[in-house]
Amino acid sequence: MQPRVSIQTEDFDLSAEVQRLRATDKGVGAVCTFVGTVRDRNDGQPVSAMELEHYPGMTEAAIEAMIDEAHRRFDILGARVIHRVGALQPLDQIVLVAVTSAHRGQSFQACEFLMDYLKTQAPFWKKEQTPEGARWVDARVSDDAALARWGIEARNA
Amino acid sequence: MNRIQVRYFASIREALGTGSERIETSAATVAALRAQLIDRSPAHAQALAHGKAVRSSLDQRMVADEATAALHDGAEVAFFPPVTGG
Repeated sequence: MQPRVSIQTEDFDLSAEVQRLRATDKGVGAVCTFVGTVRDRNDGQPVSAMELEHYPGMTEAAIEAMIDEAHRRFDILGARVIHRVGALQPLDQIVLVAVTSAHRGQSFQACEFLMDYLKTQAPFWKKEQTPEGARWVDARVSDDAALARWGIEARNA
Repeated sequence: MNRIQVRYFASIREALGTGSERIETSAATVAALRAQLIDRSPAHAQALAHGKAVRSSLDQRMVADEATAALHDGAEVAFFPPVTGG
Protein backbone atom coordinates (compact mmCIF):
# COMPACT_ATOMS: atom_id res chain seq x y z
CA MET A 1 0.00 0.00 0.00
CA GLN A 2 1.38 3.36 -1.08
CA PRO A 3 1.67 5.84 1.84
CA ARG A 4 -0.59 8.88 1.58
CA VAL A 5 1.96 11.25 3.11
CA SER A 6 5.74 11.47 2.65
CA ILE A 7 8.10 14.01 4.20
CA GLN A 8 11.44 13.65 2.47
CA THR A 9 14.64 15.40 1.43
CA GLU A 10 14.63 13.73 -2.01
CA ASP A 11 12.90 15.11 -5.08
CA PHE A 12 9.74 13.45 -6.41
CA ASP A 13 8.53 12.40 -9.86
CA LEU A 14 5.09 13.79 -10.67
CA SER A 15 4.21 11.26 -13.35
CA ALA A 16 5.39 8.30 -11.29
CA GLU A 17 3.29 9.50 -8.35
CA VAL A 18 0.18 10.01 -10.50
CA GLN A 19 0.72 6.62 -12.08
CA ARG A 20 0.83 4.93 -8.65
CA LEU A 21 -2.14 6.87 -7.31
CA ARG A 22 -4.51 5.91 -10.12
CA ALA A 23 -3.06 2.52 -11.11
CA THR A 24 -5.29 0.35 -8.93
CA ASP A 25 -8.63 2.16 -9.24
CA LYS A 26 -10.63 1.82 -12.46
CA GLY A 27 -13.21 4.26 -11.10
CA VAL A 28 -10.79 7.18 -11.46
CA GLY A 29 -11.80 9.61 -14.19
CA ALA A 30 -9.93 12.68 -12.99
CA VAL A 31 -6.55 13.44 -11.47
CA CYS A 32 -5.73 16.90 -10.17
CA THR A 33 -2.20 17.76 -9.05
CA PHE A 34 -0.51 20.80 -7.59
CA VAL A 35 3.27 21.24 -7.46
CA GLY A 36 4.82 24.05 -5.42
CA THR A 37 8.32 25.17 -6.39
CA VAL A 38 11.04 27.43 -4.99
CA ARG A 39 11.03 30.95 -6.46
CA ASP A 40 14.20 33.03 -6.80
CA ARG A 41 12.49 36.10 -5.32
CA ASN A 42 10.31 36.72 -2.27
CA ASP A 43 9.06 39.98 -0.77
CA GLY A 44 11.22 41.99 -3.16
CA GLN A 45 14.47 40.18 -2.35
CA PRO A 46 16.46 37.71 -4.42
CA VAL A 47 16.48 34.25 -2.84
CA SER A 48 19.51 32.05 -3.53
CA ALA A 49 18.60 29.05 -1.36
CA MET A 50 16.08 27.85 1.18
CA GLU A 51 16.07 25.57 4.22
CA LEU A 52 12.85 23.86 5.23
CA GLU A 53 12.38 22.76 8.84
CA HIS A 54 9.49 20.67 10.14
CA TYR A 55 8.16 18.96 13.26
CA PRO A 56 8.72 15.25 12.65
CA GLY A 57 5.69 13.19 13.65
CA MET A 58 3.31 16.10 13.95
CA THR A 59 3.76 17.02 10.30
CA GLU A 60 2.74 13.58 9.07
CA ALA A 61 -0.17 13.34 11.52
CA ALA A 62 -1.44 16.80 10.59
CA ILE A 63 -1.43 16.05 6.86
CA GLU A 64 -3.03 12.61 7.38
CA ALA A 65 -5.82 14.39 9.27
CA MET A 66 -6.21 16.88 6.40
CA ILE A 67 -6.58 14.05 3.91
CA ASP A 68 -9.21 12.42 6.14
CA GLU A 69 -11.06 15.75 6.18
CA ALA A 70 -10.79 16.01 2.38
CA HIS A 71 -12.38 12.54 2.07
CA ARG A 72 -15.24 13.67 4.34
CA ARG A 73 -15.86 16.86 2.37
CA PHE A 74 -15.35 15.73 -1.20
CA ASP A 75 -16.21 12.70 -3.26
CA ILE A 76 -12.61 11.73 -3.96
CA LEU A 77 -11.02 8.35 -4.46
CA GLY A 78 -7.43 8.90 -3.37
CA ALA A 79 -4.91 11.54 -2.32
CA ARG A 80 -1.16 11.78 -2.07
CA VAL A 81 0.94 14.51 -0.44
CA ILE A 82 4.72 14.80 -0.61
CA HIS A 83 6.55 17.66 1.11
CA ARG A 84 10.29 18.11 0.92
CA VAL A 85 12.43 19.35 3.80
CA GLY A 86 16.08 20.35 4.15
CA ALA A 87 18.11 22.39 1.68
CA LEU A 88 16.34 23.54 -1.50
CA GLN A 89 17.25 25.84 -4.39
CA PRO A 90 15.24 27.99 -6.78
CA LEU A 91 13.50 25.80 -9.39
CA ASP A 92 13.34 22.86 -6.96
CA GLN A 93 10.00 21.20 -6.31
CA ILE A 94 8.81 21.62 -2.70
CA VAL A 95 5.37 20.10 -2.46
CA LEU A 96 3.05 17.77 -4.34
CA VAL A 97 -0.66 17.34 -3.77
CA ALA A 98 -2.41 14.84 -6.04
CA VAL A 99 -6.08 13.87 -5.81
CA THR A 100 -8.21 11.42 -7.80
CA SER A 101 -11.96 11.33 -8.28
CA ALA A 102 -14.56 10.06 -10.73
CA HIS A 103 -15.22 13.53 -12.17
CA ARG A 104 -13.00 16.62 -12.24
CA GLY A 105 -14.92 18.95 -9.93
CA GLN A 106 -14.27 17.06 -6.73
CA SER A 107 -10.54 16.55 -7.30
CA PHE A 108 -10.04 20.21 -8.32
CA GLN A 109 -11.69 21.34 -5.11
CA ALA A 110 -10.02 18.78 -2.84
CA CYS A 111 -6.59 19.62 -4.25
CA GLU A 112 -7.03 23.31 -3.48
CA PHE A 113 -8.55 22.53 -0.08
CA LEU A 114 -5.55 20.38 0.85
CA MET A 115 -3.05 23.06 -0.21
CA ASP A 116 -4.94 25.81 1.65
CA TYR A 117 -5.07 23.62 4.72
CA LEU A 118 -1.41 22.63 4.51
CA LYS A 119 -0.21 26.25 4.14
CA THR A 120 -1.56 27.28 7.54
CA GLN A 121 -1.84 24.07 9.60
CA ALA A 122 1.15 21.84 8.78
CA PRO A 123 4.25 22.55 10.89
CA PHE A 124 6.82 23.60 8.29
CA TRP A 125 9.04 26.68 8.39
CA LYS A 126 11.03 28.20 5.53
CA LYS A 127 14.30 30.04 5.95
CA GLU A 128 15.58 31.94 2.91
CA GLN A 129 19.08 33.00 1.97
CA THR A 130 19.07 36.56 0.61
CA PRO A 131 21.88 39.04 -0.15
CA GLU A 132 21.17 40.59 3.27
CA GLY A 133 21.53 37.26 5.05
CA ALA A 134 19.22 34.45 6.12
CA ARG A 135 15.66 35.24 7.16
CA TRP A 136 12.65 33.23 8.31
CA VAL A 137 9.73 33.62 5.94
CA ASP A 138 6.71 35.45 7.37
CA ALA A 139 3.31 33.79 7.27
CA ARG A 140 0.77 35.47 4.99
CA VAL A 141 -2.64 36.65 6.11
CA SER A 142 -3.86 35.77 2.60
CA ASP A 143 -3.16 32.10 3.39
CA ASP A 144 -5.44 32.29 6.44
CA ALA A 145 -8.08 33.92 4.22
CA ALA A 146 -7.72 31.09 1.70
CA LEU A 147 -8.55 28.51 4.37
CA ALA A 148 -11.43 30.62 5.68
CA ARG A 149 -13.17 30.13 2.32
CA TRP A 150 -13.62 26.49 3.34
CA GLY A 151 -15.21 27.50 6.64
CA ILE A 152 -12.09 26.80 8.73
CA GLU A 153 -10.49 29.46 10.90
CA ALA A 154 -6.72 29.28 10.44
CA ARG A 155 -5.36 31.70 13.08
CA ASN A 156 -1.83 31.17 11.77
CA ALA A 157 -0.54 34.52 10.47
CA MET B 1 3.79 18.32 39.17
CA ASN B 2 3.75 17.31 35.52
CA ARG B 3 6.82 16.37 33.56
CA ILE B 4 6.58 18.10 30.19
CA GLN B 5 8.72 17.77 27.09
CA VAL B 6 8.92 21.26 25.58
CA ARG B 7 10.05 21.63 21.98
CA TYR B 8 10.97 24.72 19.98
CA PHE B 9 11.14 25.21 16.23
CA ALA B 10 12.45 27.66 13.64
CA SER B 11 13.19 31.22 14.89
CA ILE B 12 12.21 30.33 18.46
CA ARG B 13 14.58 27.35 18.50
CA GLU B 14 17.37 29.60 17.22
CA ALA B 15 16.65 32.36 19.75
CA LEU B 16 16.76 29.89 22.66
CA GLY B 17 19.73 27.94 21.32
CA THR B 18 17.95 24.63 21.95
CA GLY B 19 15.29 22.50 20.31
CA SER B 20 13.89 21.00 23.49
CA GLU B 21 13.94 20.96 27.25
CA ARG B 22 12.34 18.83 29.95
CA ILE B 23 10.39 20.75 32.56
CA GLU B 24 8.70 19.84 35.82
CA THR B 25 5.85 22.23 36.27
CA SER B 26 2.74 22.98 38.26
CA ALA B 27 1.28 24.73 35.21
CA ALA B 28 -2.13 23.32 34.33
CA THR B 29 -2.43 24.71 30.82
CA VAL B 30 -0.25 25.60 27.85
CA ALA B 31 -0.86 29.29 28.63
CA ALA B 32 0.38 28.84 32.21
CA LEU B 33 3.40 26.88 30.99
CA ARG B 34 4.25 29.65 28.52
CA ALA B 35 4.03 32.22 31.34
CA GLN B 36 6.43 30.14 33.46
CA LEU B 37 8.84 29.72 30.56
CA ILE B 38 8.85 33.48 30.00
CA ASP B 39 10.24 33.83 33.54
CA ARG B 40 13.01 31.33 32.86
CA SER B 41 15.49 33.62 31.08
CA PRO B 42 15.67 36.87 29.12
CA ALA B 43 15.92 34.79 25.92
CA HIS B 44 12.71 32.92 26.83
CA ALA B 45 11.01 36.20 27.72
CA GLN B 46 11.91 37.62 24.32
CA ALA B 47 11.11 34.55 22.22
CA LEU B 48 7.80 33.67 23.88
CA ALA B 49 6.59 37.20 24.73
CA HIS B 50 2.84 37.67 24.87
CA GLY B 51 1.59 39.54 21.85
CA LYS B 52 4.26 37.95 19.66
CA ALA B 53 3.24 35.64 16.85
CA VAL B 54 3.86 32.38 18.70
CA ARG B 55 1.84 29.27 17.93
CA SER B 56 1.80 26.11 20.01
CA SER B 57 0.93 22.44 19.89
CA LEU B 58 0.01 19.94 22.60
CA ASP B 59 0.83 16.28 21.98
CA GLN B 60 1.54 17.20 18.36
CA ARG B 61 -1.84 18.81 17.69
CA MET B 62 -2.27 22.52 17.02
CA VAL B 63 -3.52 24.43 20.05
CA ALA B 64 -6.44 26.75 19.26
CA ASP B 65 -6.63 28.27 22.75
CA GLU B 66 -3.62 28.05 25.07
CA ALA B 67 -5.76 28.98 28.09
CA THR B 68 -7.88 25.84 27.80
CA ALA B 69 -5.23 23.38 26.53
CA ALA B 70 -4.80 21.19 29.64
CA LEU B 71 -1.41 19.67 30.43
CA HIS B 72 -0.85 16.16 31.75
CA ASP B 73 2.17 14.24 32.96
CA GLY B 74 4.29 13.26 29.97
CA ALA B 75 2.75 15.83 27.63
CA GLU B 76 4.71 17.19 24.68
CA VAL B 77 4.27 20.92 24.11
CA ALA B 78 5.87 22.86 21.27
CA PHE B 79 6.19 26.57 20.61
CA PHE B 80 6.89 27.91 17.14
CA PRO B 81 6.27 30.86 14.82
CA PRO B 82 3.38 30.80 12.30
CA VAL B 83 3.91 27.98 9.83
CA THR B 84 5.16 28.69 6.31
CA GLY B 85 5.18 25.41 4.39
CA GLY B 86 3.77 24.56 0.98
